Amino acid sequence: MKVAIEARDVHKWFGEGDARTYAVKGVSFDAYFGELLYVVGPSGSGKTTMLSMISGILRPDQGQVRIDGTDIWSLPDDDLADFRLHKIGFVFQDFHLFPRLTTLENVAVPLILQERPWDDALAEARRDLDVVGLGHRADLPPVKLSGGEQQRVAIARALVSRPEILILDEPTASLDGDTGRTILEFIRREILTEQRCIVIVTHDSRIFDFADRIVQMEDGRLKSIERETLDAQ
Amino acid sequence: MPGTLRIAYKLLVNDRAKYGALLVGITFAVFLMIEMTSLFSGVLARSSATVRNIGASIWVMDPAVQTVANSIPLPDYVLDEVRSIPGVAFAVPLYSGSALLKLSDGTYQAANVMGLDDTSLFGRPALTEGKIEDVFAENGFIAVKDSEFYKLGNPRIGAEFELNDNRGVIVGIAKVASSGLFGVPTLYTTYSRALQYIPSLRFTSSYLLVEPKSPADIAAIKARVKEIGYLALTKDEFIAQISNFYKFHTGIGTNMLIMTAISFIIGLSISGQTFYTFIIENIEKFGALKAIGAKGRDLVLMILFQAGFVSLTGFGLGVGLCALAIWTARLYLPDYAAIITGLNLVLAFLMVLIIAGASSYFGVRKVLTIEPFDIFRG
Repeated sequence: MKVAIEARDVHKWFGEGDARTYAVKGVSFDAYFGELLYVVGPSGSGKTTMLSMISGILRPDQGQVRIDGTDIWSLPDDDLADFRLHKIGFVFQDFHLFPRLTTLENVAVPLILQERPWDDALAEARRDLDVVGLGHRADLPPVKLSGGEQQRVAIARALVSRPEILILDEPTASLDGDTGRTILEFIRREILTEQRCIVIVTHDSRIFDFADRIVQMEDGRLKSIERETLDAQ
Repeated sequence: MPGTLRIAYKLLVNDRAKYGALLVGITFAVFLMIEMTSLFSGVLARSSATVRNIGASIWVMDPAVQTVANSIPLPDYVLDEVRSIPGVAFAVPLYSGSALLKLSDGTYQAANVMGLDDTSLFGRPALTEGKIEDVFAENGFIAVKDSEFYKLGNPRIGAEFELNDNRGVIVGIAKVASSGLFGVPTLYTTYSRALQYIPSLRFTSSYLLVEPKSPADIAAIKARVKEIGYLALTKDEFIAQISNFYKFHTGIGTNMLIMTAISFIIGLSISGQTFYTFIIENIEKFGALKAIGAKGRDLVLMILFQAGFVSLTGFGLGVGLCALAIWTARLYLPDYAAIITGLNLVLAFLMVLIIAGASSYFGVRKVLTIEPFDIFRG
């Protein structure tokens, strides 16, 4: 399998001198195209910090992150923003949909940021909204949708620019168990392809069985654990 | 319109409560700023109404004169002296004074009386009714149909009145470019009749009206008049002198400036605070955009567009509201002195740009410092 994300000896600390606290300490791992990778761990274990560093949002203090062979932290700020825009899709924990835009316009946002013509962006966004089964809700504002529907809108927005890497932060945190599983089934069935790597940060054990691999973080360090091992715990 | 600006537009106008508050703030500020400056412009324009209406190129006067309404009579020899200046095409005297009229219904009404040179009637107004030569007829006066005309009882040709026990007859109705500042109607007659009807001091000419042979002669005329101890001003200079008097020697200008500054501060406070709150409430959304891949300049443009759009809309509404207010006021108060000039609009526009700039500055600073990582952290 081709390596999608390559993290090597990544460190992140806050404060200096005696006050220095490590959020992530010497983490190295690979994620592959066609893989659904979970990053799990208790609160404060550093998984969100790690996720931010591998997605080009938070600069590591030490170490290297390569995505599809590109050392992302060597890119200038604008190029890095462009890289995120074209290569990485995000689904935030609280969705962060725009309540003043329609559902369709929300999905089209990444394409609009890519300076695609408005009508083309909306037409393309409508196709992805159909993929997540919400084509009939296109003209509604997100606040009129249920939590599960909003999650699917956020997924459609993350997918619309055809990213190779999809990052989902606690995708089931605000969903009930059945809806959470439905969403993960959908991601596994419809979104995961051989050309895409999906990384999910979660501590919702109800959805662990959808992962290809699960890596666990604790106190800023990372250890890889096979899914079967975790299930057995 | 680029898509990012369209998003910015929708984020702004679809938040109706905030958008409404921003519009109200800026509209109100623009309305106050333009109203204040328009009132001042109106006062200034009316204060020099006589100069504009008479229209002479050069006015000769006593150096102590500050406004056209407070003339100091000139000795007769000044007229002869001015006429002898080589560059002068002609020079005529002008009488400008006040009188108390007894109208046909027995009421008294103060009026300005302008006495025009008997030979040339130079400075005469355009008549809408009657013939100008009738002013030479016995007791002939021309009434000016301006906003004060009704105070004469809306006279028609042939209407009579008394002036110091002299009979006066309206022989013509005239229109002028500008009404006066002091709320009294204006009558025109001949110079000699004005002197005959109204008690005068030893000297009788209020001003000398001069036409140069060519614009190049103006400087020499002014210099020669100065040599004999008097002052010659072009029409524009005289208007500027009158304006400066009202601006700097009456307190009107200072008061208007203070009111305009207060309007600006109110507008800045309301709009700045509301816009900043708008940005703060949307800060996570801007952070999300940044995480997705929006560049700093995209976000700055979005904020500048939002601030600019709401400011220009508020500016348009404020101008419209002010024009409507002035129009309505004039329906009920014909004397209402307010004029929206190009300068008023430019001044208000500049102030609105400052409001927009200041409002967006704090928003931009906030948005540029938001870390997308904070969006992940929640």
